[in-house]
Amino acid sequence: MAEIAVERKALFDRKRVAFGIVLLVMATLTFLLLPARSEGLTSTFVLTSRRGGVAIEAPDLVLSTWPTLLVIGLVLALGGIWQAIKGFKHSDLTVALGVGLMIMAFLVWAARGASVNLTGIFVSSLVRATPIALAALSGIYSERSGVVNIAIEGMMLMGAFAAVVVASITDNMLLGIVGGMLAGMLLALIHAVLSIRYRVDQIVSGASLIILALGTTSYLQRAVLNLNPELNQPGPAIAAVPIPVLWKIPVLGPVLFNLSPIIYTMFGLLIVTRILMNNTRWGLRVRSVGEHPRAADTLGINVFRTRYISVLISGAIAGLAGAYMSIGSAARFNEGMSAGKGFLGLAAMIFGNWNPGGAFFGSLVFGFFDSLQEKLALLQVGVAGDLLGMAPYLATMVVLAGFIGRSRMPAADGQPYEKE
Amino acid sequence: MSEKPAISETAETTAEPKRNFLQRIFVRSGKFSSLLLPILAVFSALVIGAIIIAVSTPDVLSAWKGLFQDPLGALSITWITVRDAYAALLEGSFGQPTRIVEAFETWRATGETRPLLDAFRPISESLVLTTPYIFAGLAVALGFRGGLFNIGAEGQLFVGGLASALVGYSLTNLPWYVHLPLALLAGIAAGAIWGAIPGFLKARTGAHEVINTIMMNYVAFRLTDYLLLGPMSRPDGMPMTPLISPNAYLPTLFPTPMRVHVGFLLSLAVAGLVYWFLWKTTLGMEIRMVGANPKAARYSGVRVSSIIVLTMALSGALGGLAGASQILGVDHQMVRTFSSGFGFDSIALALLGNSHPVGVVLASLLFGFMRAGAARMQSLANVPVEIIRILQAIVIIFVAAPEIMRGIYRLKAIRKGEGAIKRGWG
Amino acid sequence: MAPVLELRGVSKSFPGVLANDNIDLTLNQGEILALLGENGAGKTTLMNILYGLYTLDDGEIFIRGQEVDIHDSNDAIEQGIGMVHQHFMLVPVFTVTENVMLGVESTRAGVFLDRETAAKRIREISSRFGLQVDPNAMIEDLPVGIQQRVEIIKILYREAEILIFDEPTAVLTPQEAEELFKVFRSLVDQGKSLIFITHKLKEVLAIADRIAVLRDGRLAGVTTPKEATEASLAKMMVGREVILRVDKKPPQLGEVVLEVENLRVQDERGLRAVDDVSLQVREGEVLGIAGVQGNGQTELVEALVGLRKIESGMVKILGKDTTHALPREITEAGTAHVPEDRQQDGLVLSFPVVDNLVLNTYYLPPFAKGISLKHDEIEKAGLKRVELFDIRTPSIFLPTSNLSGGNQQKVIVAREFSRPIRLLIASQPTRGLDIGSIEYIHRRILQKRDEGCAVLLVSPELDEIMGLSDRIAVIFEGNILGIMPADEATKERLGLLMAGIQEKEPAAVVA
Repeated sequence: MAEIAVERKALFDRKRVAFGIVLLVMATLTFLLLPARSEGLTSTFVLTSRRGGVAIEAPDLVLSTWPTLLVIGLVLALGGIWQAIKGFKHSDLTVALGVGLMIMAFLVWAARGASVNLTGIFVSSLVRATPIALAALSGIYSERSGVVNIAIEGMMLMGAFAAVVVASITDNMLLGIVGGMLAGMLLALIHAVLSIRYRVDQIVSGASLIILALGTTSYLQRAVLNLNPELNQPGPAIAAVPIPVLWKIPVLGPVLFNLSPIIYTMFGLLIVTRILMNNTRWGLRVRSVGEHPRAADTLGINVFRTRYISVLISGAIAGLAGAYMSIGSAARFNEGMSAGKGFLGLAAMIFGNWNPGGAFFGSLVFGFFDSLQEKLALLQVGVAGDLLGMAPYLATMVVLAGFIGRSRMPAADGQPYEKE
Repeated sequence: MSEKPAISETAETTAEPKRNFLQRIFVRSGKFSSLLLPILAVFSALVIGAIIIAVSTPDVLSAWKGLFQDPLGALSITWITVRDAYAALLEGSFGQPTRIVEAFETWRATGETRPLLDAFRPISESLVLTTPYIFAGLAVALGFRGGLFNIGAEGQLFVGGLASALVGYSLTNLPWYVHLPLALLAGIAAGAIWGAIPGFLKARTGAHEVINTIMMNYVAFRLTDYLLLGPMSRPDGMPMTPLISPNAYLPTLFPTPMRVHVGFLLSLAVAGLVYWFLWKTTLGMEIRMVGANPKAARYSGVRVSSIIVLTMALSGALGGLAGASQILGVDHQMVRTFSSGFGFDSIALALLGNSHPVGVVLASLLFGFMRAGAARMQSLANVPVEIIRILQAIVIIFVAAPEIMRGIYRLKAIRKGEGAIKRGWG
Repeated sequence: MAPVLELRGVSKSFPGVLANDNIDLTLNQGEILALLGENGAGKTTLMNILYGLYTLDDGEIFIRGQEVDIHDSNDAIEQGIGMVHQHFMLVPVFTVTENVMLGVESTRAGVFLDRETAAKRIREISSRFGLQVDPNAMIEDLPVGIQQRVEIIKILYREAEILIFDEPTAVLTPQEAEELFKVFRSLVDQGKSLIFITHKLKEVLAIADRIAVLRDGRLAGVTTPKEATEASLAKMMVGREVILRVDKKPPQLGEVVLEVENLRVQDERGLRAVDDVSLQVREGEVLGIAGVQGNGQTELVEALVGLRKIESGMVKILGKDTTHALPREITEAGTAHVPEDRQQDGLVLSFPVVDNLVLNTYYLPPFAKGISLKHDEIEKAGLKRVELFDIRTPSIFLPTSNLSGGNQQKVIVAREFSRPIRLLIASQPTRGLDIGSIEYIHRRILQKRDEGCAVLLVSPELDEIMGLSDRIAVIFEGNILGIMPADEATKERLGLLMAGIQEKEPAAVVA
């Protein structure tokens, strides 16, 4: 056993050095920004968000560009050297902080001689992260029970469409959300029947359902919505609900306490999912079905029923994500409006190792890239918006390449269960 | 609800000697999965499509509201709506028989060919649409045979189109026998690179090719937007490339207005080439081996990682060729709305054709004709072309879950063969 | 008093196979009933019926005189039936407690898991039956023997009275098996009744109170250890006289073919699986590697044939360094490999038989010319090999998945033995096969040895190792603990080494 300990230590050593090198590379990148015409300029970060009213003004954060970059670069470099030689206790956290610092450096550089609304970026990151995080949660329910669900993208589209139509007809946003969730569940039911009952390859089933959702929503939009525009008018997007008193706090208020009810729901779902999966009877059973369905079966757990329920929950959450995109923010339905968010959610799920917390963090990164792209386009940093638009997708690929080997998926994920 | 399928099924297979009509025709010859299944799947999808058309047509719906006053009227309106829609579909894909007959008579009488060409134009249009389908369908099928799910044919199509358009308009004064192959090769190479990247990531890190090919699609779309608005845009700034040099055209097979071009023949030749490659060469055997059982392939000395990259590169190359043939044969310039989903549809084609080149060609003909007809169905019967995509999804579902078809048509089970993929994130 | 369990006329068929044919069986209170039979005789099917995993086609089940219907494992658990499966039914990423409580979770407020209460009960059961285990340990960190304890605790936790063990000793050393039998006794002493499935004759005679023998899905007879001998049981099992020992000529040793020096190999988790292994195999001899499964055999074999990266050390085949050679180079150097998991590694099941017969030579002449495959040559060779190796298949163009396990193994043997080979590496070559196929494969292996091939045989079955080998090495936690001539090896001596107990220092335990 002592030998095993030695082996594990060797493994940690390699990881320690690798992370140190990553930090040093980031430091180098930061230094590379230095000579780029930044001497004598300042970067201004506005901390007061004007969305949803202002109670207390926060002072602007004004930094001298060149010294700030230098300091960040030095911190990264020193951190990298320390990590490579001694190693920090939480090396994953260290690298995450490093990434944060580097993004900070990039922002400082991009905002040289100009001003950026930082709180605004945080808020819009969260707003953009929400559908991705919901998609990731949706994936967690399905995949923890052993059913790969790439159809989330399609379920979101169907949810978005149904939510708009129901909300337009009933003039009731809540019913619209319920309608969106039901539509997601309908598609999820098909996925469940195909992959559980008929043991169809889950990727094939998922791909066909994406095509089905894409076709159905586009078809119905042209055959029905375009002829009856009143069906695509659910009224203004669901308004943000400020939490009394708390919303007035500068910076934190707008970021955390003055949000759409669906975003609050998303936060609630993150916590509930975490507790449900780890500390309840149902969660234990779902995980056992996703890890070793035959073992669960021999203990009298109904593998099929557990998977059906999990996939249906997955569909409901994906439908909610769709409703958020349509009646929750765009206030109408557009063809193909999910635009890959479902897939980004899956990537965030993998990044988060099939856990809600990590998945949310991954979603935030994607949301941040997304909102950054918009801000940078406004700042005209000289990189075309379309090229920056590739960033979330490229980031997904990098994340998958880096994390899929390190993360551990449910052992029976993607495998149909057959009673002998 | 589904605890006992396996048991009841086995009981059924052992205890049921009687056969129905369909079984007698197909099942005894063991052809269910390769022939009857796709036919039934397409037929069933058309039936469901009819229902969708009916319920989404306002006239039909209002007639059904008055079902009790006038039941026959409701039924007949439904029938007429569906019939007209599908008739328009057929007309759009094959042309009008009466017109063809008339054109023949005119030609025999006067020797004038123009009416004949006009009459056959719908078929030509169908073949024009079939061509990229065949290339893209082969791309996905080749991936399937190698155990890889290339959902990125659409992106590969785009970069293939971009590359061949670039070569097509930027080079001048080249003879056609240099320019055309060069433009084709550019498309093939771009597609191959686009496919090889997810292949490499899969082989190297195990990242799933499904997500990565989809990501590559989005990257390709953004790249297209960027290039067409910027570096590759027409001099007047419109978001499209300049026209390519006629020396890079894939020539048409008949005079105008027939647009069917050499690319169609090329696609058939490539289908034959893919067949030969997969089943008659050592490399093809290695690809199929990796697809069917990568561990056994490794055991047998196959370099699995290289084969994965190669398979994805070849698959991408076929996708790129689809884009190139579309640019060089039909569009002659790259525009933003270039493909409208050939790459996505190709997944259905590969599944429907059981990942076999002959099957892919047949499935492509079916979808090419249907899509050509759907355009006419849209203009004549107000049925949006998206109906085709719904039909495709239904076809994939039915082909992938043969048990549903067996349940509906009361057919016997048949053993599974090579070609199916089954796994998780890998 | 009515028996605890009685089966009357139980039948079960699968497509094309009658797995259980009209079986009658009784189990009395407090006895150990051994269910003996070859692979495929229907033992596991019968027990899976009893445990509700299969539904019977015909027949009745009585528990304490009451007829019962068992449709799923819940019914079985309710009737007090528990089963320890051959492949453990444990979730590797769960703790012992979570695995044990799964399905009968103790909760707070009906929703939240109460792990403490469950852990307390597990400790009680541990001490009552002498099954020591840490309730908070993660299953994947536990050795196989302890995992088996968890399985037993799992069924005792459900208060099972009838305990079924499916081949429980397959993964144990002889000494661990002894320990298990002690647990059996303590279970019976406390009033439990046991059914114990096995194909090992010696175990049956050592531990069972009564023995029921199954053959081809039928009950061949019921006897007791007093009335039976190994030979009589073997005859009942197979239906004919069985030669338990393989006759073989003395080895004609030639030059060294395989030479391994200080080999170190890691497993998937980056842990050292093979540690400083050195060995040699000469022409004309069989070197057997004994050891409990999971002690580095898989990694050792994979490293030798180029499927696994070698960390350090050296491998030479016929004097040529193949330490970092590709699998194909090693194959071409004259190495044949019969892999451990034939369906996973050795065959492409969806390919036709003919393709599998040339699975690693398809690219060589005469099967290929350049990159073009010569299908007629491949077919000719296929037909010849099918005949020569007596592979039972209606057609060489049928998918290999249609063949029986024995015939699938013959496809591999035919493919590997049809090449000019100098070294044969066979990993569990008879796992899961019937006696007829086992005898056939054994004969073929010895025939290769007599032709001057060097053979490295890896198997957890001591009988197989002792029957075929000229020299025997024992592997434990990646180390070779001793290499001895076969005639000096006894089961006891090998068993101690397999448990990691070195000779000359009998008291020191290495683990």
